[in-house]
Amino acid sequence: MTQPLANPLAARDHARSMAGTLVEAMPMLPPVADDLPADVAADELLWEETIAAGGYATRRLARGTRLRLIDLRGDACASMLLFNAEMPSERLNVADTVKVQWNAYLGAGKLLLSDMGRVLASIIEDDAGTHDTFCGTSNAKTNAAKYGDGSNSGPYPNGRDRFLLGGAKHGLGRRDVHPCVNLFKGVTIAPDGAIVPQVGPYAPGRSVVLRMEMDVIVIIVNCPHVLDPREDWTVTPLRATAWRGPATPENDPIRNATPEGLRAFQNVEDYFRR
Amino acid sequence: MSDDPHLSGLSGTIVHDVIVPARAPWLHHVAAGRILRIVDLEGNQAVDFLLYSAQDDAERYSAQDTVAAQGNLFLRQGTVLRSNEGRPMMTITATSVDYHDTIGGACSCESNMLRYGHHTKAEHACVENFLEANLREGRGKRDIVSNINFFMNVPVEEDGALGIVDGISAPGLTVDLRAEMDVIVVVSNCPQINNPCNGFNPTPVRMIVSA
Repeated sequence: MTQPLANPLAARDHARSMAGTLVEAMPMLPPVADDLPADVAADELLWEETIAAGGYATRRLARGTRLRLIDLRGDACASMLLFNAEMPSERLNVADTVKVQWNAYLGAGKLLLSDMGRVLASIIEDDAGTHDTFCGTSNAKTNAAKYGDGSNSGPYPNGRDRFLLGGAKHGLGRRDVHPCVNLFKGVTIAPDGAIVPQVGPYAPGRSVVLRMEMDVIVIIVNCPHVLDPREDWTVTPLRATAWRGPATPENDPIRNATPEGLRAFQNVEDYFRR
Repeated sequence: MSDDPHLSGLSGTIVHDVIVPARAPWLHHVAAGRILRIVDLEGNQAVDFLLYSAQDDAERYSAQDTVAAQGNLFLRQGTVLRSNEGRPMMTITATSVDYHDTIGGACSCESNMLRYGHHTKAEHACVENFLEANLREGRGKRDIVSNINFFMNVPVEEDGALGIVDGISAPGLTVDLRAEMDVIVVVSNCPQINNPCNGFNPTPVRMIVSA
C-alpha cells in the first residue's frame, strides 16, 4: 500500500479495489453451499460463514431453522449461547439442560433448554460426540495466565470477551453472558468428579446439526477450550451453515422421546399459541 | 466460650446469626475477610446459593469458571468460588460434608413442570426466592445464573447420567466460607418437595457471620 491516498476519491478507489477478496474466514453473501443435504433446496440456504480461529459470529435464527456446524480441520471449539430472540432474558440454562434430561453429555436427540421450561434448540445430528456442558469458556484472566495475553486486540482472544462482543451486537451486556455449552471439544467426568478434557485434535469435517425450536439469537465463539492442555493457543476455523426448515411437528421422534422433553416442546407450542 | 455446638471452631466476633425459615429467601452482604457458616440444622437441606460482587454486581458467581479452574465438579474444602471474570469470591475453608453440588442448578416453577408435570407449576421454587431477594437490590432475571447447592448430592455416572439423589449431609453439619471480596450472598432455602434434595421435607438453616 504505497500509492498516495491524499484525497477522498483516491481513498475510495483504494477501498473499492478490495472488492471480491476471498479469505477463509468470512461470510458468503448471498450464501452459497455445494454440500447442502439432498432434500434442501439451494434457495432455502440462509447463512454460510466460516468463523475464524479465535473469532465469533452471531445471528438471529427463526424457529425451524437448521444450523450445521462443521469443525473444518479438527481443532474448532464451538462455545454457544442461545437466547429467545424476542425476549432475551429467556436464555439457555445449562443446569436445567442436564438436570431435566437426567444426563450431562450432549449428542443427537438432546435438547438445549431455556430457563423458562422451553426447548430453544434440538441436536438432530451429531457425528462428533465430544461436547461439554460443564466448563464454560476462557476469560481474560485464564488466557493471560496460560498464553500471556487474552485480550480481543491481541493474538489469543478469550471466549468470554468474544461472547460479550457478540451479545453487545444485540444490545446485550455483561449480565447476559451466562453459562454456555461447548461443541466439538468435550469432557468426561471421573467417579471422583474429576473433569477429563477431550480436545483431540480430531479428524477434519466432524459436524453437528441443530434445529431451532424457537426464534433465537445464537452467539458462537471459536476459542480454545478452557481446559485445553496444550501450551500453545490452538484452534482452527469453524464453518456455520443454516437453512430454513419447518417447525417441529407433533409426531417428531425427538419431541416425543421423553416425558420431560415432550413437556418442554408443549411449552414451546403454548408460547407460540397466539 | 459458647457451648453452642454450631459455633464450634469459629473464631472472631459473631456479627450476624439468623435462622432462615424453611422455603425462604435470604440476602446478606458479607465483607471481605469475614466467615459465613451455614448450618444444616435438621440434615439434608439443600441451600441454593448465589454470589455477587458488592462493588459491581454484574460480576457474579460462575459455576463453570469454578469447576474448570479446579478441574473437578464437586465443591470441597479448599474450593475457590470464582466469578464470571475469573476472580476468587469466596473460599470453602471448612466443610463437615464431603462435597457439595454446583451442576444441578436451582428448581424453578418452569423446570419443575418439565421434571414432574404441569401440576407442579404453583409450587414455590428456588428461582422465585432468588428473584424476590435480588429484586430488592435492583437485580432481576438476567442476574440468575447457575448456582451452588450446599448439602446437595448430584453424582455423574460414566455415561453422563446424573440426578439429585439422597443427600450425604446430616443434622448440625456445616460449611464455612471466607469472603475474598465484599460479596452479596443470595440464598434460597430450597422448598422442593418432589425429589430427595431436602429429604422431601424442607427445614430451616442457620446463617452465622463472624468477623
